[in-house]
Amino acid sequence: MSVTQAPPARRDTAGRDTVRRIGQWSQHLPPVLGLAAAVALWWAVTVVFEVESFILPSPLQVAQTLVEDADYLWDNTLVTLWETLLGFLLAIVVGVPLALVVTASRMLERTVYPLLLMLNAVPKVAVAPLLVVWMGFGQFPKVFLVFLVCFFPIVISTAAGLSSTQADLVELGRSLKMNWWQTFRMIRMPAAVPQLFVGLKLAITLAVIGAVIAEFVGATEGLGYVIVASGASADTALAFAAMILLGVLSVVLFYLTAAVERFFVPWADRS
Amino acid sequence: MIGIRNVSQVYRTRAGDVEALREVSLDVADGEFVAIVGRSGCGKSSLLRLVAGLQTATSGEITVAGTPIRGPRQDIGFMFQRPALLPWRSVIDNVMLPLEVFKVDRRVARTRAHELLDLVGLNGFDKRLPHELSGGMQQRVSLCRALIQQPRVLLMDEPFSALDALTRADLTVELQRLQMKHASTVLFVTHSVDEAVLLADRVVVLSPRPGRLRQIVEVDVARPRSLGHDGHSAALGELRARLHDLLMTTEEVTR
Repeated sequence: MSVTQAPPARRDTAGRDTVRRIGQWSQHLPPVLGLAAAVALWWAVTVVFEVESFILPSPLQVAQTLVEDADYLWDNTLVTLWETLLGFLLAIVVGVPLALVVTASRMLERTVYPLLLMLNAVPKVAVAPLLVVWMGFGQFPKVFLVFLVCFFPIVISTAAGLSSTQADLVELGRSLKMNWWQTFRMIRMPAAVPQLFVGLKLAITLAVIGAVIAEFVGATEGLGYVIVASGASADTALAFAAMILLGVLSVVLFYLTAAVERFFVPWADRS
Repeated sequence: MIGIRNVSQVYRTRAGDVEALREVSLDVADGEFVAIVGRSGCGKSSLLRLVAGLQTATSGEITVAGTPIRGPRQDIGFMFQRPALLPWRSVIDNVMLPLEVFKVDRRVARTRAHELLDLVGLNGFDKRLPHELSGGMQQRVSLCRALIQQPRVLLMDEPFSALDALTRADLTVELQRLQMKHASTVLFVTHSVDEAVLLADRVVVLSPRPGRLRQIVEVDVARPRSLGHDGHSAALGELRARLHDLLMTTEEVTR
């Protein structure tokens, strides 16, 4: 009986494997199709309407630029990446402790939150020139602007995570006579990490935008500078190439953050 | 082991005072398993939380092992309605948590945790995260965590109420087995008459609003007990019916 049953069982698992492979494929298919459709449409528009390349370059021209100016673009990508990461890390280093302080006292929260909200409401584009006045033309004002952009979502999400610990876990701490520090270290802090990552994922996408805005003013390098400079010389294909790289940079950084999250908080979305 | 003397609890709310418990007195002997049953709002969870030191009684006194309760204590273990496991800690680290808080040597803690996990049939699951376990397994881990500090008194607040009926029956049998082996002093809050008659030496019936002690029913049936077709079903059935009637006729109690 078991012998006659074995073959169907094997076929069954093979079938499931195939299904899973198709499943994986169909998972990646929609984004690839969407991207391909967008590029095709773009190409069609440039061909059908015979758009001048300085107004809208075709995908092919942009691709050529990406290859021909690869070194130049790569160097500037690294500049932007570096500013983005530094500003992002600075925002974590300052934002997370500030969230701790804010959640530790109701009075501090009420003192600091309106200030934070006001700071966040200031258009960062308006701050960029001021930063140049205050800090000069180097990389620091760029890093600082990234910091300003990232800071707010990180503080808010960390504070939210720290002050929304599950009631039964807090109760558990109480039943074990945990003191404030033990409760914080063993329960509230780890419980806040998933929320922290919500803020980090939001912040990392904003960080790239912040870096570009900063590079629009008083910069001599970086992808933002490349876009401004190529606009001035009507080299639209180069601007497009820089924008595509920015998009890729943003996506890569986002998924890296998500990967770090999955590594450190594998339990996050399941409990 | 547990002495509850004239305990009353009044909650002050915006809508006025709510009397949760009125003049409740109860003694639980060393090694005794006492179940507290009652309809919702009879203050049974309040009573348990008072014994745990998680809240303070409006009046009256509670002692455990001769010492008045002033707050949570190491010699009192508490098991919640929900597992309340730390989702970022593995099973074994969750079980070891109390000993980490009470600064017990890690090796001792580890050995004891393994023993407990063996006892509830969870060996081999020690490195899993809670979300990888079923609800019943999670509650078993929670039981191990409540037992690892070797409490003199174990307080259980409807520990199986969030589980499906069969898992619930499983865990009841398991708890009975543990109780027969270790004879720990247990105060067990439940709204299930079945659980009460299966597990308890005595069943305390509380009447609701405010919670008062209505009656104490002795369960003089040999262990292991079962609700299936064994020798005890008649005696247990009789007790179940009695408790059922007691719980369903609370309206007759004059306010």
